[in-house]
Parts: sequence; structure tokens; C-alpha cells
Amino acid sequence: MSMINVKVAAIEQVTPLVKHFTFVKEDGSSLPAFSGGSHVVVSIDIGGRVHRNPYSLMGSPMENEAYHISVRRQENSRGGSVFMHENVTVGMPLKITYPMNLFSLAKKGRKHILIAGGIGITPFMSQIADLKRMGANYELHYAFRSPEHGAFAAQLKESCGDHLHCYIDSNATRLDLEALLSDQPLGTHVYVCGPSPMVVATLETARNLGWPENHIHSEQFLSPPIGEPFKIQLARSNIEIQVSAEMSMLEAIEAAGVEADFLCRGGVCGRCELDVLETDGALLHNDHFLTDSEKASCKKIMPCVSRAKGERLMLDL
Amino acid sequence: MALNFKKETFREDYTYSNSDAAIKRFPFPFPEDQYMYSVNIEPHTKGKQGTVCEFTFDIDEHYVAECLDKKITLEQDPGRYKALPHMMDAQWDFVELTMEALAQDYPEHFSLKKQGLIWTWENKPLGIKDTFTFGDTSTLATEPFDYIGRQLQGDFVLLDHRDETLYADAGIVTSQADWSLAFNVGMSWREWHGPVPRATELGVMDRALKYLLNLQIGSPVRRLNWTMTVNPRLDTSPENYPHWGGERNTVNAENIGDLIHLRVELQTLFRLPRSNAIVFSIRCYLISLKDIATYPRWAKRLHRVQKTMHPDLIEYKGMTKFHPMMVDWLAKFDDGETLAIGTQPE
Repeated sequence: MSMINVKVAAIEQVTPLVKHFTFVKEDGSSLPAFSGGSHVVVSIDIGGRVHRNPYSLMGSPMENEAYHISVRRQENSRGGSVFMHENVTVGMPLKITYPMNLFSLAKKGRKHILIAGGIGITPFMSQIADLKRMGANYELHYAFRSPEHGAFAAQLKESCGDHLHCYIDSNATRLDLEALLSDQPLGTHVYVCGPSPMVVATLETARNLGWPENHIHSEQFLSPPIGEPFKIQLARSNIEIQVSAEMSMLEAIEAAGVEADFLCRGGVCGRCELDVLETDGALLHNDHFLTDSEKASCKKIMPCVSRAKGERLMLDL
Repeated sequence: MALNFKKETFREDYTYSNSDAAIKRFPFPFPEDQYMYSVNIEPHTKGKQGTVCEFTFDIDEHYVAECLDKKITLEQDPGRYKALPHMMDAQWDFVELTMEALAQDYPEHFSLKKQGLIWTWENKPLGIKDTFTFGDTSTLATEPFDYIGRQLQGDFVLLDHRDETLYADAGIVTSQADWSLAFNVGMSWREWHGPVPRATELGVMDRALKYLLNLQIGSPVRRLNWTMTVNPRLDTSPENYPHWGGERNTVNAENIGDLIHLRVELQTLFRLPRSNAIVFSIRCYLISLKDIATYPRWAKRLHRVQKTMHPDLIEYKGMTKFHPMMVDWLAKFDDGETLAIGTQPE
């Protein structure tokens, strides 16, 4: 896979839990342009184990001197976000993937409703730059816990003006999804990124109100969950691999020296899909890619976020 | 190395021909004795020097004549260019991709100078030099995709990525193997592949779509496709069928080696950065049966491939009328020798 060598040009503590990282190309040249809603996968080496996490690009897609990401410190994570917060310093070289967009704007949309919760604001930062450039009709609804957690509220107020609507839990101002989504003109698209309950509530509200499925957009990267250790067998490579509690199946496969396809590593894009040849236990599907019937069939699994319990899981790899 | 551009025609008197060097570098598409559809997609990485994959976009001895032929086709039928309004970002992405690649790969023929967003493009073979503001459509005489699409060999379709599929929402198409941009524009992946026989049943189209939806910036891919054309005609469009359809009736056992051309499409696909669209580039190469037969290995291979061709494919590729005659003509070159896998001429 093609990677870009970057170095950390700046780090800024934006809120008590969020840091903003600025990356520039290591050789000083320009970075590729990208589209609003894109992300990159950042590789970090934690004690010899490579973590690869997806982060949305926040800068303007028109600016190709630097990339910007924001990382929320996740206390129950496997160490990736904590490492980004505590160990990544200015000047440090990192490897990132080329930008990839799984959350793009519908260019034919007549109006765009963007709904962000907490750190879920990040993909909208670049989308807003695109929407403004295109002169599109949009509203940004941004919910966060308390004023100090509104990572980019001031900056957004400046760039979005009246298009921005903030909802702050501690002030008891709440977003009424039903009211927002029940009175929109034909041709409106809704986009949501944030904590799982907010994403689910938005999707359900829109569907219940009869929104067309292809006008509802969401992005929710998953971290590989911590779970019970299990073993997998790779049929073509003819090896057995132990997947530890804190490792994902994909990481364990890579650590064993077997090359596997991947892109987003967050259960969204579908690139790492593997065929299940044999299994005796339940597959713990955690991805957003496979359909419910595909999950039930036990024929496919996404090793970036999904796990298994049982003694035998033979994969076609 | 500077190229020598030939003066030749792709219609009426058909003076098109391949030099010895052009024959040798022809992208022969059959590595095995049998042909069936497959997802034969591979990374579009830099190929060996002199091959058609050496550079991002291949420019060859036919460049100037092909651009002239394209101009004639567009003048006669402006509908060969179409771009839906939401594709403007993709148009500029295309300008950047193609101008940067040509200026870097063929510096003796093309140059691109940038001062911020003010770009100066020079195309020496076609005698074009223009300065414009990148992203500002009012600074070019035509739409940006139209402007640079006319200065490239081959056809281009810009695919919008939405609703988990790809839509053919812009195109400049003048050297097509019997499909119509005017008919296909705005169609989704499954709609425009509807007529391809057998491929859907094989699951080829769904797998290829899944692959392309994950196509990444900076990692283009390519595949070869092929058909057969009577005379070296680029514009075998349904719109102009009356001009070329009847030429099939002129093929006989004496002239078949000169008239029938293997038509190979080098198809490349690139993810575009700002628009998240995909460019589908279809670069057409033509070679007569007689020129193929200058390399016995190719003649033997082509004979076996055609002899075992599925009847549905013979019909779909429009070869029904001359196919048995072609197999007979090729048979005299085939001594039955076992050929190793590969497309090389010797």
C-alpha cells in the first residue's frame, strides 16, 4: 500500500481531551489534494507493535501544504490515542495513507444538514470548506458536553456564522432530531458523525420520517474492541495464529508476517474482508460493512474490528 | 526522446499504419490460448521503457493524427462531449492529473508552469499555449475537461462516486467500440454494464465495482479489453454506424489480413482528489492481422483464442460476419507449438 512520509509540524491542546496535530510532508513537498469528509490512516509504533488508526482530515481540501487531524484521548482504548497524546512530539516522523473518502458530500444535494457530536465534528471541518466554496445551502448542528469541550465552536462560529447551531449538554440545550428532520425541503441530505447513540438516533429518526436511504449518511469508525483471546488458522499460509485480547485479528495476521489487504481499519470500507472456510464458534461481527444476513451466514468476516470465540476459525488467506 | 508524429487518417482513405516499433510495443491482450472475462485489474505502475505502460498516459506516433480525428468527430457531433453540472471539481482534477503527467513524462513536447493558481500550459505538437487560472472556468475558452480531453489520445469518462456505486456523469468519447456516451451519460455501473454477456452471471461486475469503490488516490489501476474492427477506424460509434457498419461486407479471404484490426483498449482508472470522482481512461490501439502475423507467437495465440471463442462473445463483439474467415486466415500460422503463458511478441 502506498504511504506518505510526514512529520509532525505542530501539536495544540484544543480541549482537555482533544489534541490537534498538523502534519507536513517529510521532504517539504505538497500533500495530495483531497475531498471534504476524507480520512487518513496513521501508523504508530508502540513498543514494536504497529497501530494504524483512521482520523478525519480537518483542514481545507484546497490547502495542500499541511494536513490536520484531531485525536480524542480514549481512556479505554488499546493505547493508540493515549500514545498520540503522550508520546507523539513535534518533529516526529510518521507514516500515513493517502486520503480516502467514505463520507463524501452528495454533490447533487440541494441542502445539507450536518450533525456532529463531540469529536465527530472533525470530518465536517473539511466538508464545510467544500460547501462554502460551492456556495451550497447547509446547516451545521454541533452537540458537545460543556463549553470547554466544544473543540472548534469558536472557529466554526467565525467560518459558518448563522449556519452553525450549538447544543451544550451542561446548558441543557438539546438537539431535537425529530423537529429538525421533519421539516426539510425535498433534496436535502443529512450527515451524522458522533457517538454511537447519536448516530443510531439520527438514522432511525430519518428513516421513520421517510427519508430516502441514499439521502442519509453516517460515519463511525470503530476501534478494534478488546476481547477474549482466540486462535485462527490461515488456510493458504498454512499457519495458526493466536489473537491476544488487545490485538485485532488483522494486527495479529500482520504481526505473523502474513500480508493482508486493508484500508480504513475501522470496519467501514470492506477492503479487508476475508472468507471464512470453517468455524465452530460464534463470530463476533463488529463492522458496519457486512449486511445482517452476511453476518448471520458466518461466511465472511472483517478482521480489522471483528473477533471470534471458539477453538476453530479457518480463514482463506 | 522526441516522438515522430505521423500524418495519417482514421476514416475514408484509412492511411493509418503502425511502424515496426509500434508493432513491437503493441499491447497484445492474450496471455493464454483461451479467453474469458475476468477481473483482470492490476496496479497501473510504471512499466518497462518503451512499453505502453511506461508513463501515466501513453503518447505515441499517432498522437497528432488522433487528436485531429477527434476534432473532426467532435465538430460533426458535439454530443460526444458531455459533463453534468456537479462534475466541475472532477473536471479540474482531470486537468491537473493529465497536464502534470504529460509535462513530467514528455518534457520535450509538453510543459506546465505554475505561479500559484495561474497555470501556463504548452502543447508543442498541437501548437497550443494558454494561461489560465486553475479552478476558474471563465479563464478557458471551453470547459476544462473539454479543453484538455481534446489534447489526449483516447476516451475519458468521469465517474461520480455516490450511493455505493459509480455514475458516468461526464465524458469525451470519440474512439469508442460501439457504445454511446449520449445514451450512457448519467447511468450507474450496473446500468451501463447491462449488455455485457456472461460477465454478470460470473459475478465479475460486482467484484470489479467493489474493488473500484476502494480505489485510492495515488494508486491507479489498469486492465486491457479488446475487440475487432474493420479498417483502422477510431470512431466506431453507434451514432455513425451507417458509416462503418457496412464495411463488414467488404471483408473477403484476400483482404482480411489488411482490413481486420485487433482493437485493444488500455483502460486505466484513477481516483481524483478534490472531487472523489474516478477517471476511466480508454486508450485505443489498432493493429492489422497482417502486422500481428509478423510475430508468429502472436498469430498462433490469436488463432487459438479466436477458435475457442464463446459464441455469445463473438456476437457481442460484432465479429459474427467475418469470424470463421478470420480463424481460417490465422490457422495457416499455427503449427500447434505449445506456447508459454505471456503476451510478449517473441
